[in-house]
Formats: sequence, structure tokens, C-alpha cells
Amino acid sequence: MTDILVIGAGPAGLAAAAAARRRGATVRVIDSAERTGGQYWRHLPESRPAGREAVLHHQWNTYQSLRQALEFDPGCTIDTETQVWAVERRADGTLRVNLASGDVDGTRATESVVPDRLILATGAHDRALPVPGWTLPGVFTAGAAQAMAKGERIAVGDRVVVAGSGPFLFPVTASLGQAGARVVGVFEASRPSRMARHWLARPWELAGASHKVSELAGYVAHHVRGRVPYRTGYGVVEIHGTARVEAVTVARLDADWAPVLGTERRIDCDAVCLGHGFTPRLELAVAAGCELTDERFVRVDGEQRTSVDGVFAAGEITAIGGVDLALAEGEIAGWVAAGGSTADAPVRSARRARDRFTRFAERIATAHRIGASWSSWLQDDTIVCRCEEVDAGTLNRVAESTASVGLRSLKLTTRAGLGLCQGRICGRTVEQLLAGASGCTAFADGTTTDRRPIAAPLRIGDLARAPQSTETSPHQIP
Amino acid sequence: MSARPVDPKRDPIRPGPTDSVTITFEGREYVGVRGQSVAGVLLANDVLDWRTSSTRHEPRGLFCGIGVCFDCVVTVDGQRDVRACQRTARDGAQVERQHDELPRRVEGAGS
Repeated sequence: MTDILVIGAGPAGLAAAAAARRRGATVRVIDSAERTGGQYWRHLPESRPAGREAVLHHQWNTYQSLRQALEFDPGCTIDTETQVWAVERRADGTLRVNLASGDVDGTRATESVVPDRLILATGAHDRALPVPGWTLPGVFTAGAAQAMAKGERIAVGDRVVVAGSGPFLFPVTASLGQAGARVVGVFEASRPSRMARHWLARPWELAGASHKVSELAGYVAHHVRGRVPYRTGYGVVEIHGTARVEAVTVARLDADWAPVLGTERRIDCDAVCLGHGFTPRLELAVAAGCELTDERFVRVDGEQRTSVDGVFAAGEITAIGGVDLALAEGEIAGWVAAGGSTADAPVRSARRARDRFTRFAERIATAHRIGASWSSWLQDDTIVCRCEEVDAGTLNRVAESTASVGLRSLKLTTRAGLGLCQGRICGRTVEQLLAGASGCTAFADGTTTDRRPIAAPLRIGDLARAPQSTETSPHQIP
Repeated sequence: MSARPVDPKRDPIRPGPTDSVTITFEGREYVGVRGQSVAGVLLANDVLDWRTSSTRHEPRGLFCGIGVCFDCVVTVDGQRDVRACQRTARDGAQVERQHDELPRRVEGAGS
């Protein structure tokens, strides 16, 4: 029987595991969080039962049925609080996956597994563009506001400003409202003309995705009912406060997201939620040797195979497409990894759904693409790399004065991207700013900030205790 | 009061009964709901910053909320570098602000 290791227990990973089980493989699912569901179905712990938790979620029934099918299945193991800290390519072409489990950031047990097939469903995290003042306490990513609302029932503020770009701003605003916060404004950077052009083009393609359209319409109605001001072509260009957020300056943005002088307006608030799209979590795919696309997602074929034999990818690491696409891709990946084919009847509807929602994802990506001139709202002392506290002025000066076009040397000189988060938050922004200042389009050393051989921090003591030769199939306990 | 818990009586999810959890941070006790993260308990009490950055000595706290940014690291029961948003708060946990000083330049060494 094929042993499959699924990394990530969000919609894509759970759908992959369920399909692989239906096709007869044994499956182990791991996730770094305490509970399954990923960020999309982030929910309350079992110690906090609630009568109507479903009101916070979309497709909550899908999650419940996936979870029940897998949790009570002896052919499936689910290990939460378990994280991959490194993937190694061995001489014989197999992959060794090194895991750490136990209390998050505590003392952890390590283990290495060599699965027959690997399914990567590691998802994505919010991208937040730097803004002067964005390191103040009270500035959060949009995802953080939602995680706190859905997973802990906490409102991150009383008067909250939501800013960035993309349809994710809608559910975040709704979550804040359900948590009792007052959203004093939602500022979408894309201009209405661009959104209309891409959202409304080729309406026949939207036919199969009509519930997405009505979901969005529902959010718009919610905004109208709740009298939440929703402005398009606007952005937060500065955040004010001393010890915590006190206000923001919003301004009208031109088509390339450069602030239009004279349109600034100050709004008092005590929290700001930023979300300028998402960054796929690629480090494990990169470590496994998977090829990336020009848009920097994992390249997959029609059966969700990556360029590496035996490695599949599904969900947001292949494109930012939302839950429907993730579920469809996961189902196909799981089914094919277990020995099936996309021609098989049981995955026919998943295949159709994937094609439909891939087009939907492309539409969103184009309508909300980050404008080329966003960096004109930065000031010289605006921090870009939050960990190492490297500001925009330093990045510009170093890139201009060294005339270096190697990303590695620029990173080492500036220290941008070398801190605790390993460039997860600032990486793409740093690349863009350095490339802009150096006047190059690609770095001479061919590197990117997606490569992180150590994918999760591990205490040296845990590593020292790790047995050196325990290589097991995903199901044997060393 | 800005960051705060949802009032259970007005919460549309109709929450059931919960247990409380108490943690200590900078000499004060903070009460949260059992199952909340360290960051959750602090935010529920409108505490927004629990780290001091190394270079600019500025306050930091929760940012990404999903364990990616490491901005929220604290020391919990003597163990450093614990992401407050990922660690479930245990009753009686001693949480300390983390402030990592940069290494001092050694006189006469390097340039």
C-alpha cells in the first residue's frame, strides 16, 4: 500500500488525505497548528464549545465531514503541532522529511520519515506592504485579525481600519464586525475601473463560480447594512501613534498605487489591518526541488504533480484561488498520489471545479495586482524588514552604492530578511526594492528569498537529542 | 479599551460555558479563557506590546497571528523565543517581555 505524507491540514490537505484514503493509500497528515482546518477554518478549541460556531465560517459542513471521515479512519493518522523543519533530497532521489513535534517553540521531539509520496499543502500567508508606522502595536495583518476573531473570539480593536487589496478584505471586515469591532473604513487600493474590467469580463466564465459572486455580493450587502465605508482606489499611506496606533492617513492612489498629493485625510482608529494579497509558503517545495512558475508558485501539471517525482502540490502554493480551488486540487492530488488518474469518474467533478476556479483565481490576481508605484508612500526611515529593523533608506543606499546585483550579498550587507522570520514577511518587498534601486529585473546570483533550508526554528538541544538513524515509513513509530 | 474579548452574551455563536486561565506578565495577572493563546490572553486585556525590538528599542506585539512573522516572541516560564500567538496559555504561566540587546562592538576589532 502506498504511504502518503500530507503536509498541511487546511482545505487542500484534508481533501487530499480523504481522496487518497478513498483510493486505498495509507495517509499521515501533519500540521504545525494545534487544530486542523488551516487558516481558512481556524476555529475555537474543544474546550470552548459553541452552539452556532458555523456562523463564522463558509463551508463549515465540508470541514466537519472531512474531519470526521479522517479522524475515525484507522488508515489515516493526523498529527497536529507537528512541523517539518527540513526536507532533504537523498542520493537515491527519495526525500527525507524531518519533523519536530510537541509544544510549539517548546522542547520538541524529532523524527525523520521517508514517504512513498509527498503532498504539499502548505498554504499561504498574508502579504502586508510596509507603511510608515506599520511596526506600531495595533497594526496587524488582515489574517491576524481574522485568526483572533475566529480562533479566540477577540476583537483586535474598537475602531478598526482595514486596508490593502483583494476580496479577502471582505471576510476580514465581516469577522471584525461579528467580533463587535467598529470598522471605520475599508480601503481597497485597486481602482474601480480595474476591478470592474477584470471582475466583470467574460461573465460566462463565472457561471460555475456563481456562489463566489453571491458570497461577495453578500459581503457588499453587509457593508451597506453595517454602513462600513468601502473606498476603492484608496490606501493607508501612514500610521500614527507613539506607543500604539492612534490614527492613519489615507490617500487616494493612482492606477499604479502612488498616493495622489492633496487627497490625504486623517482617521482616528486604534487598530489597522493590512492585507495586500498573499505569499505562498514555498520553502518545503523549494527544498524538495520543485520547479516554480514565473509568478513564483509551485508548478504543477493537470494531475497536481510537481516537477519532482512523487511530490504533489495543492492549494494556495499553486495559485491564490480560495477554498474551492484548494479543495478541488487537494482531491485530485490525493487521488492521483494514491495511484488514481484524473480520468477516473470519482474525481471528474473535482477536475471541472479546478478548471473553473483557476480562471476565477486569475481574475482576482489581475484585478488586485500590487501597483508598481506603491513604494512612493515609503519614507527613508520606514522599516521594511521588521525583524532586523532595516529601513527603506538603507536598502536604497546600499543597492545604489555597491552597484551589486546579487541578492545574497545585498541581504548580507543590509541584513534585510536575515532575522527570525527569515524573510517570510519582507522577502518579496525587499527583492522588489533592491531590484528597483539596483536597476535590475533579476538578481545576478539567481537567488530568491523563497529558499529556507531550515524551514522552522528548532532548539539546538532538540537537535542534539535527535537519534541519527531513525528513518521510518510515515506510520511506524521509531 | 480597544482590543477585547467578544462579550459572550452578545456573541452570535452562542458560546457555552468556559474555564478561565491566568497568566502573569510584568508583575500583573491577566485572566483569559482556557484554550486561548498567550497573545490572545494579553490582547483580551488590551495589552498590545510584549517585546522590545533590538535596534530601535520599539514596542512590538502580535502582527501576523499565524506563527509566520515571529514578532510576538516572548519568554514563557524561562523558555525564550516562544511565539505568543502559537503557544496556548497555561494556568500560572510566567510570561516575560523579550528584549534582545545587540552584541556590543568590541573596541579595536574590525572596522
